[in-house]
Amino acid sequence: MDLLAQAFPLLLRGLGITLLLGFLSFVLGCVLGSLIVLARISRLRLLRGVAIAYVSVFRGTPLLIQIMLIYYGLPQLGVEIPSLLAAVVSLTLYAAAYLSENFRAGILAVDRGQWEAAQSMGMRYPRTLRRVVLPQAARVATPPVGSRFIALMKDTSLASAVTVVELTRVAESVGTASFRYMEAFLLAGFVYWLINALLSAAQGAVERRLERAYA
Amino acid sequence: MSSALIRVDGLRKSFGDLAVLKGVDLIVHKGQVVVVMGRSGSGKTTLIRCLNLLEEPDVGILTICGTTILYPGRRSRERLGKTRRIRAGTAMVFQYFNLFPHMTALENVLEGPLAVRSMSRKEAVALGEHLLARVGLLEKRHEHPARLSGGQKQRVAIARALAMEPQVVLFDEPTSALDPELRNEVLVVTRELAGEGMTMIVVTHEVQFAREAADHVIFMDGGVVLEQGSPESSSTPPPTHACEPSVPSTNDIAARPRRRPLARWQDHGRTAPSKRLLQ
Repeated sequence: MDLLAQAFPLLLRGLGITLLLGFLSFVLGCVLGSLIVLARISRLRLLRGVAIAYVSVFRGTPLLIQIMLIYYGLPQLGVEIPSLLAAVVSLTLYAAAYLSENFRAGILAVDRGQWEAAQSMGMRYPRTLRRVVLPQAARVATPPVGSRFIALMKDTSLASAVTVVELTRVAESVGTASFRYMEAFLLAGFVYWLINALLSAAQGAVERRLERAYA
Repeated sequence: MSSALIRVDGLRKSFGDLAVLKGVDLIVHKGQVVVVMGRSGSGKTTLIRCLNLLEEPDVGILTICGTTILYPGRRSRERLGKTRRIRAGTAMVFQYFNLFPHMTALENVLEGPLAVRSMSRKEAVALGEHLLARVGLLEKRHEHPARLSGGQKQRVAIARALAMEPQVVLFDEPTSALDPELRNEVLVVTRELAGEGMTMIVVTHEVQFAREAADHVIFMDGGVVLEQGSPESSSTPPPTHACEPSVPSTNDIAARPRRRPLARWQDHGRTAPSKRLLQ
């Protein structure tokens, strides 16, 4: 109990960093992912190509490699990034690749007749997306996007590899200092689970809300 | 120029190797109700989809609601503007309704006036409620499409089309996706519109509707207009195969009358139709 009392402020700080990493990269990843999906479904071949290449690279390589490249590799090119920022950037880039594919699945699931109905009234493309297509795509994309958020929350633990003192790193140092690895990692694992249980509940609420019109 | 609201010359459209329209000419005057018939694959649906440019014609000159557009042509800003003008002037009613499922009936009807016609919300709501009342669905205005029957959905779709205050309404087999009991309510609304002088082009297999509501009937077959004329004065009865769906073309199934009894229509105060056509 002593240990817990001593480690508590440290754990709380680690939790704060973990939440910051998770939420910030999810939000930024959604923004970037939206831009990628717009490029992916664009009429312009060049934009489509860029989007496809992006997804291929960032989805096809380990996140740990990406984080290390940004934190340890970029300084060789004269770009030095603080560890926390490096973690946010790489988590964002990585999440955006997956999220854009989730968004695309949602958009493709919208019936062609919906585009046509909007088009036949002379509605413009941006408004068609915003008012007609995206609200329907959101319903389809919510479950995979929720899963992606949860996976991202766990992936933040990789930031410990580039000296970011988040939950996993705190657990590790508490374990090292006290030789109570079992308790330290069990506690950290429990906290991750708790965060994700809450995210899961939030996802359920969003799904129920989007489902209302279809009842 | 004549008073033609729609004038189409030499319209051709292919999908890959499949030539669907092989040179179609069409003139529709203001207030006319034109019914397009023909079996599946004859090109009738593609024809009206070309009229609001959901399909881009390969070749042809289209003058629709005062806007002339030539095909083929290069994509340009001016052309895009023309395309949008034509679309806004020609409202479409789809076979599968294509209502926006995440919006209520009223919101579906409001979308066009708000998005394309830049109406104020107050005006749009007044118009929307008026139109929903007209198709008999005012009390359903806050329901989502999932809560409506097929016939009700199609009536909302008609209200949505009218909300654009279009110069012509295009109907693409508006009753084909409906159970027989539900067709009537859609046909009644459609006929009322026709009676009020709305210019309409209706692709349908409903022979009865063609007889009673059409000013002009066009039979399509194999991508061309096989025959056309007023429903009463058509010089020769068209080949029956041209107006029957192509499904059971063998033996006596095709010969069996497949339409509802005439009495259903006469309930709505229509005069007995000529029987010369479509027999």
